[in-house]
Amino acid sequence: MFYQLAAAAGFMLAGVLGCAAYFWGTSLILDLIFPSKGKSGAVASKNLRITNAIRPWLFLAPALFALTTYLIYPVIMSLWYSFHDRAGQSFVGVSNYAWMVKDGEFRQSIYNNFLWLLVVPALATFFGLVIAALTDRIWWGNIAKTLIFMPMAISFVGAAVIWKFIYDFRPEGAEQIGLLNAIVVAFGGAPQAWITLPFWNNFFLMAILVWIQTGFAMVILSAALRGIPEETIEAAVIDGANGWQIFFKIMVPQIWGTIAVVWTTITILVLKVFDIVLAMTNGQWQSQVLANLMFDWMFRGGGDFGRGAAIAVVIMILVVPIMIWNIRNAAKEMKGH
Amino acid sequence: MNPATRSPLMWVVHLSVLLIVALWTLPTAGLLISSLRDKDQLAVSGWWTALSTSSQNIVVRAPGPERQVERDGKFVISGNLLEGQQGQISAFGFSSREPTAFKAGETADLNDGEKLTVQADGNFEIVSDKKMEGSRGQRVFVTASSPPRFTFDNYVEVLSAEGIGRSFINSLTVAVPATIIPIMIAAFAAYALAWMPFPGRAILIAVVVGLLVVPLQMSLIPLLKLYNGVGTILGVPPKTYVGIWLAHTGFGLPLAIYLLRNYMAGLPREIMESARVDGASDFDIFVKIILPLSFPALASFAIFQFLWTWNDLLVAIVFLGAGPDELVLTGRLVNLLGSRGGNWEILTASAFITIIVPLIVFFSLQRYLVRGLLAGSVKGG
Repeated sequence: MFYQLAAAAGFMLAGVLGCAAYFWGTSLILDLIFPSKGKSGAVASKNLRITNAIRPWLFLAPALFALTTYLIYPVIMSLWYSFHDRAGQSFVGVSNYAWMVKDGEFRQSIYNNFLWLLVVPALATFFGLVIAALTDRIWWGNIAKTLIFMPMAISFVGAAVIWKFIYDFRPEGAEQIGLLNAIVVAFGGAPQAWITLPFWNNFFLMAILVWIQTGFAMVILSAALRGIPEETIEAAVIDGANGWQIFFKIMVPQIWGTIAVVWTTITILVLKVFDIVLAMTNGQWQSQVLANLMFDWMFRGGGDFGRGAAIAVVIMILVVPIMIWNIRNAAKEMKGH
Repeated sequence: MNPATRSPLMWVVHLSVLLIVALWTLPTAGLLISSLRDKDQLAVSGWWTALSTSSQNIVVRAPGPERQVERDGKFVISGNLLEGQQGQISAFGFSSREPTAFKAGETADLNDGEKLTVQADGNFEIVSDKKMEGSRGQRVFVTASSPPRFTFDNYVEVLSAEGIGRSFINSLTVAVPATIIPIMIAAFAAYALAWMPFPGRAILIAVVVGLLVVPLQMSLIPLLKLYNGVGTILGVPPKTYVGIWLAHTGFGLPLAIYLLRNYMAGLPREIMESARVDGASDFDIFVKIILPLSFPALASFAIFQFLWTWNDLLVAIVFLGAGPDELVLTGRLVNLLGSRGGNWEILTASAFITIIVPLIVFFSLQRYLVRGLLAGSVKGG
C-alpha cells in the first residue's frame, strides 16, 4: 500500500519534471542551434524566423503524440477491427454489421438508446432552464443551485446505488424501505419491482441521469439568462407583457444558442452512458443500451473484438453530426475573434 | 415582475424551488442516513423513520421445560425474551392468529393451564401448577419497539472486510497523477494554439474540438490490443498504473487543451507584446506570465479531470483490471451490488465512501467548476 502510493507520487513527480525538462530543454537547444541574440541583423532575423516556425511544434509534440495514440489511432483501428473477426485477425467484410442488424439485443439497444436520447436531454434541459429562471429571483437561490448541482460530482455508479435504494422492492405486506414503493403503498398502491418492468425500467434508469445532468444545464443556462440585456426585458414590461410572456417570448429566444449547446452536450453523454445500466440491470429486463452492449461484447466469451468494434462504430456514427456542428461553431467563433 | 402579482407569485416560486431542492437532495440524504443506521433497523424500516422508534414483530421461543424450576409448589420458567437487545415490548401473543392479543404486563392463559406473563422490558414468566412436559419451549409473538440506533459499524465493516479501504487507495493512486500529468502537456499545447502563429493552427484547433466528443468506446479495443502488444514486447503486464495514467491523460487532453486555449486566447495581447519587446522568449513568456495568469482555467480543468478519473468505471476496469487488488472504488461498488445486493448497510456505507471525496472537492471548489463549465460550453463546444 505504501509502495503503491510512493510509486504514484514518484510517477507524478517524474512526469511533471520530465515534462518541464522536455519543454525547457528543447527550447534551450533550439536557441543554441539558431541563436538570435548577439548576431548581426540578417542572421538574427533568419534564425528568429526558423525558431518561430519550429517552437510551436515543440510545444505541441507531447499533446499531439497523446492525442494520436489515444484517440485518433484507436478511432481508425476500431473501424478496421469492425470489419474483422473476433480476434481481429482475418477480414470478414460487413458480416459484423450484418449480424448486428439481425441481432435482437442490438435492436433493443438501439431502440432504448433512442428513448434515452429523446427523454434525457429534453428533461434535463427543461428542468435546468426552469430552475435557473426560478432561482434567479429568490434570495436563497445560490444555496438551492449548489444543492441541485451537487449530483454532478457523484459517480454514475454511486448514483446507481443511491437510486437502486429508492427503487428497492419488498413483497406486498412487508414494510417497504425503498422511498418510491413506500410512497406508492402509502397511497394505497401495490409495490412494484421497478427496475424489472420491461420498457418502463428505462425511464427509471433515465431519471438517474436527469438527476445528475440537470445541475449542469442549470449552471450554463443561468449564466446565459443573466447575460440577456436588461433593456429587452424592460421594454417588454413597459409593453405590458406578463411573466410567462417575458420568459418564453423574450428570454428563451435569446438563449437558443446556449440551449442547443446544453442539449447536444447531454446528448453526447447519453450515447456514452454505460455505468448506470451496468450497475442497475446490466441490460436485463430489456434495458440494454449500446455502450453497455459494446462493453459486454468486448469480454463476452473471451471477447469478440469485431462485434464490439462494430457497436462502437455505431455509437461514433451517432456522434458525428454533433461533432461537425461543434467544429463549425468553433470555426465561426474563431473568425469572430 | 408585475408588482401587483408579485407577492403571491413569489410564494409559488419559493415553494417550487423548495420542492425541487428536496427532490434533488433527498436521495443522497437517504443514503447518508441509512449508512449510519443500525443494520437490523435499516433492513426493516425506511430511512425516513430513522428518528422514530421502530416497531418490529418478532417471534421468539421461550426456553423449554428442561429449564423449569419449582417454586412455592409451582413450576416456573422465566427469562428475558429480548435477550440483551434494547427495546420495549408493547404487546404479545401466543398464537399466530392473534400476535398482539395481550398488552405488556398482562397475563395470558395458555390453553393447558399454564400462565404467561410478559413485562415491557422483556422479562417473562410461565407458571404452571403441574410439571410442564414436552421438549420445545413456548412460542411467543412480541411486538417490540426499539429506539433509533446510529452507528459507524457499517463503515468499519466495509473498510476492513469488504475491501473498500484497499479500493480507496487504488482510486487515489489512479486519480491524482492522472489529473496532474495532462495539465502540463495541455498548457504548452494550448499556448501554442492560442498565441504562436503557424500554418495549420486552425485545422489543429478544429481537430481538438472534434476529438472532444469522440466516444471512449471507440478507443477501448485498439488500446487494449496495443497495451497487450507493448506489454509483450517490454515484458511487463499489460494492465499497470502507468498504463491507466497515460490513458486518462490522452482522454482528458482534448478538454484540457480546449479549455486552456479559450482562456489563454482571452488574455490581453499587450502583456505578451511588451514582454517580447523586453527580450523575453516564448518559453519565458509562457512560464512567467501566461501560466500564473491562467491559474483559474488550470484549476477548472484539474477539478474536472479529478472528478472524472475518480468517478470513472470503464477505463479502470479495462486498463487496470477487475481483480480484487486492482479494483477502484466504482468497480468495487458494482461488484458489491452484485454480491451483496440485499445488504443495504454495506452498499450505503460503501457508496458514501465512494462519493465523499468528489463531494468535498465539489463543495470546496465549486467556483472553479462553474467557471470551467461556462468556458467549456457557452463558447460553442
